[in-house]
Amino acid sequence: MNSTSNLKTIKLLAILFISALTFTACSEDDHDDHDDHDHEDEVITTLNYTLTNGSDVVTLSFSDPDGEGGNEGTYSISGPLKANSTYTGAIELLNETESPAEDITEEIEEEDDEHEFFFTSTVAGLAITKTDADGNGNPLGLETSLTSGAAGSGSITIVLKHEPTKPNDGTSTGAGGSTDLEVTFNVTVE
Amino acid sequence: MQKIYFLCIALFFSQIHIDAQNCNLLFKGKITDFHENTPLTGASIRIINLNKYTATDLEGFFEFNDLCEGKIELEIKHIVCETKRITINLEKNLFKEILMEHHLEELNEVIVKNNTKTATTSIEQTIKEEVIENYTDKSLGDALKTISGVSSLSTGTTIVKPMIHGLHSSRLLIINNSVRMFDQEWGDEHAPNFDLNSSNRIDVIKGANTLKYGSDAIGGLILIRGKKYAAKDSIFGKSSISLNSNGLGGNVNTEIVKTYTSGYFGKFQTSYKRFGDFKTPNYHLTNTGMQNFNASFRVGYNSFEKGFEAFYSIVNNNFGILQLSHIGNVNDLVLAINSPEPRNTENFSYKIENPKQIILHHLGKIEAYKRFKGLGKLTVQYDFQINRRKEFDLGRGNRENTPVIDLRLFTTSLQPNLHIDFSPNLTFDIGMLGRFQQNNAVAGTRSRPLIPDYEKIDAAIYTTGSYHIDESTEINAGIRYDFSKIDANKTYLLADWKKYNFDQLFPEFEGEIDNTRIDTHPKFTFHNVSASLGFSKRLENEFTLLMHYGLGTRVPNPSEFFSDGVHHSNARFEIGFLNIKKEIANKFNISLERSNDNFGFIVSPYYKRIKGFIQLIPTGITTTIKGAFPVWEYDQVAAEIFGIDINLNKRINHQFDYLGNISWIQGNNLTEDIPLLHMPGTNFSNRIVYTNEKWNQLSIGIKNTTVLRQNQYPNYNFFTFNPSTQQEVFVDISTPPPAYSLFGFSASATFNAFKKGSLKLEFNIENILDVSYREYLNRFRFYADELGRNFNIKIKINY
Repeated sequence: MNSTSNLKTIKLLAILFISALTFTACSEDDHDDHDDHDHEDEVITTLNYTLTNGSDVVTLSFSDPDGEGGNEGTYSISGPLKANSTYTGAIELLNETESPAEDITEEIEEEDDEHEFFFTSTVAGLAITKTDADGNGNPLGLETSLTSGAAGSGSITIVLKHEPTKPNDGTSTGAGGSTDLEVTFNVTVE
Repeated sequence: MQKIYFLCIALFFSQIHIDAQNCNLLFKGKITDFHENTPLTGASIRIINLNKYTATDLEGFFEFNDLCEGKIELEIKHIVCETKRITINLEKNLFKEILMEHHLEELNEVIVKNNTKTATTSIEQTIKEEVIENYTDKSLGDALKTISGVSSLSTGTTIVKPMIHGLHSSRLLIINNSVRMFDQEWGDEHAPNFDLNSSNRIDVIKGANTLKYGSDAIGGLILIRGKKYAAKDSIFGKSSISLNSNGLGGNVNTEIVKTYTSGYFGKFQTSYKRFGDFKTPNYHLTNTGMQNFNASFRVGYNSFEKGFEAFYSIVNNNFGILQLSHIGNVNDLVLAINSPEPRNTENFSYKIENPKQIILHHLGKIEAYKRFKGLGKLTVQYDFQINRRKEFDLGRGNRENTPVIDLRLFTTSLQPNLHIDFSPNLTFDIGMLGRFQQNNAVAGTRSRPLIPDYEKIDAAIYTTGSYHIDESTEINAGIRYDFSKIDANKTYLLADWKKYNFDQLFPEFEGEIDNTRIDTHPKFTFHNVSASLGFSKRLENEFTLLMHYGLGTRVPNPSEFFSDGVHHSNARFEIGFLNIKKEIANKFNISLERSNDNFGFIVSPYYKRIKGFIQLIPTGITTTIKGAFPVWEYDQVAAEIFGIDINLNKRINHQFDYLGNISWIQGNNLTEDIPLLHMPGTNFSNRIVYTNEKWNQLSIGIKNTTVLRQNQYPNYNFFTFNPSTQQEVFVDISTPPPAYSLFGFSASATFNAFKKGSLKLEFNIENILDVSYREYLNRFRFYADELGRNFNIKIKINY
């Protein structure tokens, strides 16, 4: 009888000990101090679409420096596009919640098979074609060629899809995936 | 009463040894009631080994003459008492006072009767161990759905939250082995971190005096309990394996229990669950597999006067989340809603990739009790819980292993309770609670924390009482006071802080401003009063009438206060407010019950009126670099919820039984005069079971479950502009899916395969007709169908 209750006591102590151990282990495994707020390194705050035709450089920019929420983003269009011209387009993506700003463009290049840009325009005669390709030879869209037609005005929409179907039918809706970026600029062609 | 008597008789005998030497000893004694300290008249006393009988006189005295030296074993019986046996070593003439226990509920603690209620006045339903075993590879929410009035809010297939009368999350209390679970339960997609296999019994309490557990059981309370074991020398256990065709996975579970005559017991249980991608009738649901490991152990000592118990459980969940549910903006949502079948469905795989949730939950408690003569039972419980929740999302770069949400919640509490039961008709409970909670938004995620760091202190005091007016009538009342203090640290975007007007409302919370951000220290204090009043009346023909009124108060949860950000599986921006007030509910429940195997039923209507009901509803659209997102904000309205739950059982003949239930519910937003969001549709189930005890307890059942379309829903649909297609697009986020009806089949047989033990084989089919359907209360109803047909085999061994 006595030995049985001793055994029980030992068992109980063992269990309490294990519990205490787990308890402390868990308390300590993730100790951190909260001085730093987390880096939102996933966020894209800034899109620069630079169109170059010789010395004529037009930049379409969207910037939301505090990220999602907070202040709404701002658009800036440096000037009108020239009619009946061909521009070389380059996209730059930045995360400006970091200092210095983080270049997201590089990440897209590294994972080019998981990303694709889509361009649509309501300006008559304006067409944007993707001139680069990912590792599998499918279009990517960091580099483009824009050709303008007659004078007019309308919008250009740039969409970046994450994990779209590749190859696809060339439209953002057809490609599926999740949208990482969707920005619309109002442009004029003169 | 008769049952008690049978139980008394059922106790078996054991042998003793005596040496016959001096054979003229006198043994006198007195039998006294433990609680009231009064003599017990008419108790029978038997010396087992000598087969000598006597009974107590009016003063409770008895005596035996001419006894021999040596051990004698006494068995004392009294009509309303637990039979008591004691061994005495008789060396000389002896006088001994023996205390007897006459309270029925305590007896039930030792010998578990399955139909015992938590309290006489409680409006509740119980899931027994047999049913729990049937759900061995499913979740708590799935198992509870077998009870009328209980539905579930799910996120895909494996993340299932129970819902009572349309209310869930913070409005439901889940009490696991008398510990209130804190596992970030506020979140719609945060399933309870609890493994069904670790429990022996689950009670769903819709209306009862639950003040002991908290003030905020506005929806109800789920009480998960372990078994009490009889004090005898025994070792037993069970093991089971369950295999499924859908998800190509299953569960293995094993438990072993050791008990001792001395009252000590120990139990160890562990289970492992694994599933791959589940399948709808037409396609696989990519990345919906899951993995769960669970272990629990209990040790304790039970005797009438004192006892203790220690319980510890660890649950590790790893849930894959449907890949297609990760969407970018409202146009992605529209695409998902409008496509009849998800894009990119892949072949079956066991891989669990991002998005996923990995949750580790520890729960431990130590409880001890001591009875005081003429007063009652004092119980003290200490418990702690640690919940670590990591959520992983699809991301760019090498961030696959970096969680986007990483929260660690620590909760510890101390609860003394004094149960006063010296009076036979009047019992009281007086108790206190002290609780400390700390939430740590662990650094290293790649986004602003969803829930900030906070500390919370709770203190409460309560008293409840039950009074037997007569043999068949009981009333029960209680009152509780709660104090809560929340102390948080949150960084807001300065623009948001101003936009929500917090700079005007809460200047005292403001800390340092760092460029576009502001550190804030929100502090809140709450004083809550809650109350309960219950009545039960046993009528003729096994009818019982129960009535309950409850006043409940709920402090806003962290998401209601602090949310601000994009919720990707819903493509919406969710915003909580610091000026949200507490929620106050008045609940009325009535239940007319007839407990009878030939024809029994429960008819239980209810009405709840909730002041300051906190809900998350769409209020507008915001544009980010990712495009447009609907903005959902927490707001408060006056609400009412009413409905009726009906259960029915009818024996058709000695081999066929019919079981049916129906529940109907209506929820109204009284402020805006529209229905409440996400109220379950009317549903009913019918089941016919054939049983034949002679053929290895063969049981064959067919079940139909029908869920009608919810026609009472608020219309929060809206239009959005898709710039790529230059079209206004209709976003239908409100319309509920059509009604559905499912058939299921189950068969089981038990074989006495071993000397001591049995083997049970089970075969089940779910969704026999392979129906494609969607469920209104599944958050992924926009993306994919529910599961198709499933074949299941279970093998259970009891030993």
